[in-house]
Amino acid sequence: MMAFDTGKATRSALPWVFTFLWIAAIILALLLFVGAPVGEALSGFWNGAFGGRRNAYLMATLSRSALIVGMALSVMLSFRAGLFNIGGEGQLVAGGLVAALVAVLMPGPPLVVLVVAILAAMLAGALWALLAGVLQLFMGVPLLVGSLLLNYPIRYIASYLVAHPYRDVQSGMVQSHLVPQETWFAYFPGTRLDIGILFTAVAAAFALIYSYWTVHGYHTRLNGLSPDFARTVGLPVRRLTLQTLALSGAIAGMVGAIAVFGIHHRYIDGMLVQPLYAWTGIIAVLLVGMVPWAVPISGFFFAAVQTGAAGMERAAGVPKEIALVVQAVIILFVASRVSGALTTSRGDGDGHV
Amino acid sequence: MFELIADPSFAASIPRFVTPILLAALGGALCERAGVFNIALEGFLLVGAFAAVLGAYFSGTPYIGALTAMVAGMALGVVFAEFNVRRGGDSIVVSIAINLLAAGLTTFFLRAIFDVTGAFSDPAIAGFAPIRLPFIEDVPLLGPILSGQALPFYLALLSVPFLHVFLARHRLGLRIRAAGENPQALRAGGVSPKRVQLLALIACGALCGLGGAQLSIANVNLFVENMSAGRGWIAVVAVLLTRGRPWPLFFIALLFGAVDSLSFRVQGLGLAQQFTDMMPYLATLIVLVALSWWRARRAKGDAS
Repeated sequence: MMAFDTGKATRSALPWVFTFLWIAAIILALLLFVGAPVGEALSGFWNGAFGGRRNAYLMATLSRSALIVGMALSVMLSFRAGLFNIGGEGQLVAGGLVAALVAVLMPGPPLVVLVVAILAAMLAGALWALLAGVLQLFMGVPLLVGSLLLNYPIRYIASYLVAHPYRDVQSGMVQSHLVPQETWFAYFPGTRLDIGILFTAVAAAFALIYSYWTVHGYHTRLNGLSPDFARTVGLPVRRLTLQTLALSGAIAGMVGAIAVFGIHHRYIDGMLVQPLYAWTGIIAVLLVGMVPWAVPISGFFFAAVQTGAAGMERAAGVPKEIALVVQAVIILFVASRVSGALTTSRGDGDGHV
Repeated sequence: MFELIADPSFAASIPRFVTPILLAALGGALCERAGVFNIALEGFLLVGAFAAVLGAYFSGTPYIGALTAMVAGMALGVVFAEFNVRRGGDSIVVSIAINLLAAGLTTFFLRAIFDVTGAFSDPAIAGFAPIRLPFIEDVPLLGPILSGQALPFYLALLSVPFLHVFLARHRLGLRIRAAGENPQALRAGGVSPKRVQLLALIACGALCGLGGAQLSIANVNLFVENMSAGRGWIAVVAVLLTRGRPWPLFFIALLFGAVDSLSFRVQGLGLAQQFTDMMPYLATLIVLVALSWWRARRAKGDAS
């Protein structure tokens, strides 16, 4: 029996305190399992996420967050429209592949090549997303399943193209040739951070304005909240679906281009798949319940978790994969607090084909 | 091409590919019938594959490996139930988190326990020996398929009729269906639908764990990061297509497994591996399109 009145504010904060304690306990248990010194692990985490000589690790966090936030924005636009597009990975790969191939193959002034490559990457991402939309609208394949299954063919197509026709044979690795050095994104003066993050910033500004202030964004949101209502009031639901997917895919494609011109300067097999950028983006959106202004913050947070984990590995020998575990645990606890956000997103409503 | 399919060793290889998909799909079917939309089968398979190697490595016997895999899968089922059933988290969100959790835990413990990245293979990992069935192995055509397989395959085969009868007749099976179709009636009957869903998830975990064991200690003797490689998602599709009915599920899993197996063999023809690797996913998409087209046609026929 409670001996004191907890008060309303305390009662509503209490579940979050428990959530936090649970997450802390799980992290602690994993640290103890690998026998890592906890103090060093935590300071390594902090340094890995935000520190380093001349802020080198903070720059790494920002660079990674450019990709994660970008993928999160892409996913947010779909989710808010009630479209459970989990094919961001495929759209990202399509963009990265096309960006690298265009830049390698196309002659011309570097700036023109760069612009064309980025636009082509956005187009490729949009088309790959549209394919999932067409499968849903005209072939009866639920978006959830169709968008996911489409991740695999493009992954293998990309892998084939850089393993055979467009392989940089001399490097001995499965990767394309380097894109011309003149097209590489410049670094901000005095740092090792490339300007790719500016593209994400523009995308974020666009996504916020689109979500909060445009009629089109409002209509897609209506469709997301209640497809029946949207249909009844005569919104062009099919067209909205395809347009939203194209937009979503274009942003994912652009993120692929950022990774090529800013970080890797070529397409390396698996470079966009293995770091799970697309899935981290999804998690970042779910963490904040699809609220647009919070998505960039959440994306940055997860980027910091990942680079922080890498720092923890350097400092205390904790496998950096702990980041994935932490991300999943966070979303498990938080998801059960913000349920029902995605109720309209299972194809025809009950998950059946 | 034809010789490849007619080759008896091709037929004999099919069960190895069917088993993980079938076991995961049967687990998914139990959830589906119990009203739990579990699309985390990929993660369940992966955890099973890792736990199987863990158990087989430290005990020196594949049976302990399979048991470890089932227990690990069941534990993951409990986690799923805790967040989806008890705390009411959205099933898609929980599934995505479980998949990430599985990827994270397996790679984390791969490094923490075995100190390797990417893959762990060691002669001490005890793999399943093929089980030869006397008499049956002499039957032409079917013999080489049915005999000489690993234990999970036979358990998977037995699970199909068992689950069919279980869901149609057994009290708990009926309760599972009630939990999915009419939870209010179940509650009125004094049974908690949530408890039934928890049981379904635990059983799902056991089945998926066994499926994972087939991947890591029957087909090969090693664990590779992300070695479930989309098979769990194909199992999800199989569950959705068949609405969790065991016999149709069996045939869909057979089809998907055969394509998986075929794609493996076509590599021998000199086709680039990337194209053969994408075959199962394309085949799954084609089946989805064909089936929904057929259903739409039938619905139109009914209406006129």
